[in-house]
Amino acid sequence: MKLTHDEVKKIAKLARLGLSEAEVEKFSVQLSDILDHAKMLDEIDTSKVEPIAQITGLTNVNFKDEVQNCAVTDELLKQSPQPIHNRMIKVKSVF
Amino acid sequence: MINLSIAEAHKGLKEKKFSATELAKAYLKRIKETDGNLHSYVTVTEDVALKQAAEADKKGKFENPLAGIPMNLKDVVCTAGIKTTACSKILENFVPPYNAHVYDRLREAGAVLLGKSNTDEFTMGSSSENSYFGATKNPWDFTCVAGGSSGGPAASVAADQACFSIGTDTGGSIRQPASLCSCVGLKVTYGRVPREGVIPYASSFDTIGPLTKTVEDAALVLQAIAGKSERDATTPNVPVPDYTKFLKNDLKGMKIGVPKEFFEQGVEKETADAVMGGIEVMKKLGAIVEEVSLPLTKYAIPVYYLLVKSEASTNLARYDGIKYGHTAGGAKDLEEIYIKSRQEGFGPEVKRAIMLGTYCLSAGYFDAFYLKAAKVRALIKKEYEEAFKKVDVLVTPTSPFPAFKIGEKTEDPLAMYMADILTVPINLAGVCGMSVPAGFSPAGLPIGMQLIADQFKEENLFHAGHAFQQATEWHKKKPSF
Repeated sequence: MKLTHDEVKKIAKLARLGLSEAEVEKFSVQLSDILDHAKMLDEIDTSKVEPIAQITGLTNVNFKDEVQNCAVTDELLKQSPQPIHNRMIKVKSVF
Repeated sequence: MINLSIAEAHKGLKEKKFSATELAKAYLKRIKETDGNLHSYVTVTEDVALKQAAEADKKGKFENPLAGIPMNLKDVVCTAGIKTTACSKILENFVPPYNAHVYDRLREAGAVLLGKSNTDEFTMGSSSENSYFGATKNPWDFTCVAGGSSGGPAASVAADQACFSIGTDTGGSIRQPASLCSCVGLKVTYGRVPREGVIPYASSFDTIGPLTKTVEDAALVLQAIAGKSERDATTPNVPVPDYTKFLKNDLKGMKIGVPKEFFEQGVEKETADAVMGGIEVMKKLGAIVEEVSLPLTKYAIPVYYLLVKSEASTNLARYDGIKYGHTAGGAKDLEEIYIKSRQEGFGPEVKRAIMLGTYCLSAGYFDAFYLKAAKVRALIKKEYEEAFKKVDVLVTPTSPFPAFKIGEKTEDPLAMYMADILTVPINLAGVCGMSVPAGFSPAGLPIGMQLIADQFKEENLFHAGHAFQQATEWHKKKPSF
């Protein structure tokens, strides 16, 4: 299996990640190698196995739905490299 | 005094043999003299250290074992008002407005911050060569890597540039560099230490833990940082025992399992011999040793990178050039800000993670890659549950080989992933593990032995590791440079 340049570019677009032509070529080789290696998992029968993501068995940890003050709102806004307008971050147009 | 363990330095402070300020100054001097060669630190916080040390001296009682003890934090642990970069260009100038919960807990205990230590970018790597600020060198041989991703924390502790350090371990990032640099590195059970305020890599795997000079010190640090947190919903309400009660000198009745698969995966002979020597020592201390089998070990690497890179690709979506961090100039519209800021701000391994993760999570491939890996993860977890019904601790090598040369694996991502083959299964199963110094290669490079225990059984690691260190001298050897 080898990923084509077009497939690599499609993934990059999904990830909103710009790539140079050299990176597209490099990743088409490297990702293909890695995914080929991962095919070894097909040797394992998982037809009766539930997938796992929470490894210590916690379920539904809830907090009270209360509005709380955030002490650092202004400091967080200052982090933005974009202009601030009325305590909102002003971004470029979508189109 | 910089060669003292936490326990020894605590005694010295309490008995007024030296002050916290003198101790901090000694470490700051050591950093100035050695970090040009080692590059363990990306930021040295001299003013903060002297202020915190003066506070400890003013209080004067040194009740907590960490009071007045100088440390550093891997540069993914947020420190209010102090740059926290993840060693990435995209966060090069990021100054967080709040502390990570783990730093708050260490400050409550009285520990003193010397600075922020080097890591692979966003903790992705096994050599610290992926740091935007350049690699950390191995204190035993400057032409070799310090390991990674916590290369800075490990090298700084091994070279007496800090009394202890806090690192993160997603697939071996504390244990492997501890093994390569010769110090103790503890990967806790998932959820044992709150992750809030620590820049994430893969949220269902990330753990935070200490790198120290002795096993006893690792127990002292964990005591201060472990336990349920209101700031991290993934910390279960499991009581934190008094770990020092488990620091015994013998292993009478302890059952130790040796998984044969961990001696097959390209493990070099010198490494296997050193660990077998360690197992003999534990036998003499009274441990009962038996062979166990973990047949899914060889599948751990693909399971690991499919799941971890998928989680990473979603975690990294927050870096968009809008809210904080690097933003690209001259973009025409919103989407171009995203695309260009991320292109300019991320390094090669992080881009590779985003690409692989996005692929695995995309429609058409999700079942074949992500879901398949999540199912095999469930089987691996089961294998460890079965093993820990029979034994208290598993003993294996930490890394298949000692420190490799700088540049040796940078062009071959798969070869770099394979360097973690003996550490990633532990993160997949969510159990805990610790690397302790267990010997040296013929070239004089350190070899680490990995102890593994069941979820929330860190005390078993401290028991086995401390008894081992009482019977051996490996942890006392220091690099000379």
